This record gives sequence, C-alpha cells and structure tokens, in this order.
Amino acid sequence: MTPDPAHRSEVSADVRARRGGRRPYGLRGVLQESRLDPGFAAEIATIPGGDRLRECIECGACSAVCPLSAYMDHTPRRLMAMTQAGLRDEVLRSTSIWVCASCYACTAVCPKQIPITEVMYALKRMAVREGTFPKRFATPVLAREFVGSVDRWGRNTESRLAASLYLKTHPGLLLKDGWLAQRLMRRGRMSLVRESIRQRAKLGRMLRAAETSPPRAVVSSASPSSSSRPRASAISGEGPR
Amino acid sequence: MRYAYFPGCSLKGSSKAYEESLLAVFDTLGEGLDELDDWNCCGATAYFAIDEAKAYALAARNLALAEDQAGNDAPVDLVAPCAGCYMMLLKAERRLSEQQSIRGRIDGALQAGGLSYRGRARARHPLDVLVNDIGLERIADAVTRPLGGLRVACYYGCLLVRPHATFDDQYSPTSMDRLMRTIGAEPVDWPLKVRCCGGSCCGGPLVGTIREAGLRLIHDLLKEAKSRGADVLATACPLCQFNLECFQERVTREFGEPVELTVGFFTQLLGLALGLDERRLGIHRMLRWRLPELEPAAAGGAP
Repeated sequence: MTPDPAHRSEVSADVRARRGGRRPYGLRGVLQESRLDPGFAAEIATIPGGDRLRECIECGACSAVCPLSAYMDHTPRRLMAMTQAGLRDEVLRSTSIWVCASCYACTAVCPKQIPITEVMYALKRMAVREGTFPKRFATPVLAREFVGSVDRWGRNTESRLAASLYLKTHPGLLLKDGWLAQRLMRRGRMSLVRESIRQRAKLGRMLRAAETSPPRAVVSSASPSSSSRPRASAISGEGPR
Repeated sequence: MRYAYFPGCSLKGSSKAYEESLLAVFDTLGEGLDELDDWNCCGATAYFAIDEAKAYALAARNLALAEDQAGNDAPVDLVAPCAGCYMMLLKAERRLSEQQSIRGRIDGALQAGGLSYRGRARARHPLDVLVNDIGLERIADAVTRPLGGLRVACYYGCLLVRPHATFDDQYSPTSMDRLMRTIGAEPVDWPLKVRCCGGSCCGGPLVGTIREAGLRLIHDLLKEAKSRGADVLATACPLCQFNLECFQERVTREFGEPVELTVGFFTQLLGLALGLDERRLGIHRMLRWRLPELEPAAAGGAP
C-alpha cells in the first residue's frame, strides 16, 4: 500500500518530530532561529556543485519524479529546504537519506542543476560519521559491511555480504528467504567462495592514502544511544551555531 | 579492436549469465574483450555513502590498471556491463578530469599503490559499443535467427543514462530499442524505460533493505511491461535483472495480481538472434525463461 500523501503535510511532520521527543520547533511549536545551524548548508556547499543548493526554488520537481518519495519521512524538496535552513539534527536523522536509491532522477530533472543525489550522499556520510543513522535500517548497515569487505579483499562477495546483512538486520528472514538462495545456488549463481584481488596490500596503501577522515570516526557510530550525546560535538570544522 | 573488460562483482556471481552471453556475443561478432587483470570493486553506490575519496580511489585504480595493461599511449576503452560499475567508473573519470583538488588526492593514492592515471582510459557500456562502434549494420549481417517479432520491453534503468548520458537520450533512450529491431524483435512502447527498479531497496542480490518500497517499484515495472504486451523485459544491468526476476512470486502475492514475466539480459536476446546455443548464453541459469516459439533459423535472405 502506498502511504497517503496527505500524511506527509508539514503539520504532521512537525507533530511527528515532537512526538519523537525532538523539538526543533521548541515547546510551543515555534521554530527558534537559535536552533538552526547556519554552518550546515555551508558544509554541504563544499561538495562539487553543492553551493547551487542556495538557488533552490522549491519547485518540487525532485519530489515529484522521485520513485521513492512516498516512502520518505521528508520528501527530497523538503529535505533540501531543511538542509538549506540549517535543521541539521532533523535532516541527519531522517530516514529519507537512506530510502534514497541514488537513481539520479531528481538530479536530472532539477531546473536549477542542484546535484541533489550528491547532496544526499554527503548527508549519508555525515550521518554515518556522527552516528545518527537508524541502527536497524539495512541501507547504512549494508554500506558499512560493503566497505569493510572491499577494504579488506578488494572485491565484494555477494553471498557473504547478503548473509551478514540478514544476520544484522533481519535474522528472522534468513530462513524464509533461504529458498531463493537455494534456487540461485542450483543454477550456479551464488557461491560462498571469497572473491579477492591479488594486490591487497597495495590496495590497502592506496585507500589509506586517500582516506578522508581518521578511521575511528567511521567506527564510532557503534555507540547505541547517540541521541543522548550533545549533537554533532565530535565533528571538527563545524560552522558557527 | 580489442576492449578492456571490467566484469564487476555481480557478473562473477549472481549474473554469470550476463558475462557468458556478453562474451559469446562479442566473440561471435569478432570483437575482443580482455578481462582487466586484478580488477577491484568499482566502489558502487554503497561506498559513496561512507567515504567519497576512497570510492574515487577504487574506481581510479581500475582506470589506471586499464591504461597500464594496454601498454601503449592510445586511448583505452574499459567496458563495464553493470550499469552501477559503468556509472562509477564514468563518474570517477569525469570528476578526476574536472576537479583538481580531488585529482591531486587520488593521484597521491594511486602513487602509493604504484600506479598512475593519465586520463586515457574511459568507461564504456557494452550497449554503447555494440550500437555505436560495432554498428547495427554489422550486427544485422550476423543475424541468423531473427527473433520473429518477439515483443521486448527495453529497460535501461537509472545509472545507464544518469547522471551522465554519454551515448543516448537521458529521458527517452532508444539504442536498445534500435538494437532489438535490428535483430527482428518488436520493442514495445512504454514509459518506464529509465525508472529506478528499486534494486537498492530489495538490495539487488541482498534482500530486504526497504522491502516494501522495492516490491512496489518491481510491481509497477513488470505490470506496465505486461500491460503493453511484452513477452520479455530486456535489461542492461545485473542489479535490475536480479531484482526484477527474483522477487516476482513475492510481488504477485503481495499485490494479488500476477506479474510473472521473463526478465533477461539484452545480450541473451542478441545471442539468440546470432544463432548461439542457449547454454552459451547462460539461459539455463535464469529462474524463469518462457518465450513464445521462435521461428526456426532462417536459411538465407529472410528479413
């Protein structure tokens, strides 16, 4: 069933945000300017083309063309506006960024040439760095598992990645979906043999040389109750509040 | 001419049939595909969500290897059949040529691995190579078993034309349709050619990231293709193929209407038209393969 678009009105988002214990709009439902993070949009502007976000006319073409906007808590248009406004916490906790399939439909259609998909990627990276991604949501878990395997072996072994993803997010489904694995295995489409490159050491040196952030920053997201931490304090180079 | 070939993880796993049919077709047409030695993961969309520079370094290593292994100063075409790999390699190629800051960093990383990238290697998709390098005329000459009006829904998916459309129209691509017409099939007119398959929701070969949303997208695509009278849906991406083929029973259950449809690779259909044996095209690996009876191979001048 497709969720009713009416449920996604600004009002209901506000209500949801307050119900969730987060109060970007304050106790009386008024958005306090002091709660905005003016440095947030500036951070996004550092990605190539990211400064174009300022040009957004909120036409909503991105939300209209997005095949998944009906499943998002904030549609792409709204997420871009929230980013631009500096609603850092709300944006980085949004499930929208993980529902995004990076199909680039929004980027292709944007009349202002805003690289929306790349902005989504930048938001994903920030959410992972700050540990604000939903812990049982499979997409960020998948991304982290995927990176772990590629860093170590240079390739990804589909079957092993699938198995660990199941165990971490939907252990119950493992048995239920076993039939598919079996059918694929019979047809030679799934094997547990590890895929690997030969020059792993050289690749490791390369990746270390390219690394953006210190490795511990990626691992730190394991902390279970990130919501109790003062927000984003771990991030360096942050703009003024 | 010989092309460097970048298989990517899926073509060595769940989409062996794509690799088999691609190699068989290129072989039959007399074009060489040399697998890139010691290629690594392209980075895919997942890596981008964690670390951008490392993702570019991964893609750049493959481009650098292609140059290194070509052994001369001529441009190298690196053929990547997976739309995800193709887009990642293309994106890295573009970004490295356009943005000096990232270029410097990636050059440094490549150097640490004893490699260098000089911008001679470029990413190509086999659909592009077949239609624009080899050409439809040569393909038409090689057809021995025209597909007899088989109704094909040509599905391009997202990353083949977005964000960069290098060889076809971004909104309404036609290269696969023209190829299908050349081999005697009848491409159906349908509006979802470049709509996302939701592979990242059902997870491609990985099941269950956002199942509910993924099943809806699969449903829409299959239902539309069926309602336009398609006998088969042809894909040019292993993730689309897997996603659209493997969850059909579930979609049918979930939405209460049958959406079963044969979902193959465009290279398999091309291979059939070239008279190749089904086994060489990996058709025995498909979960479902039901096409209407093809006319027997025509001996001589039939169109």
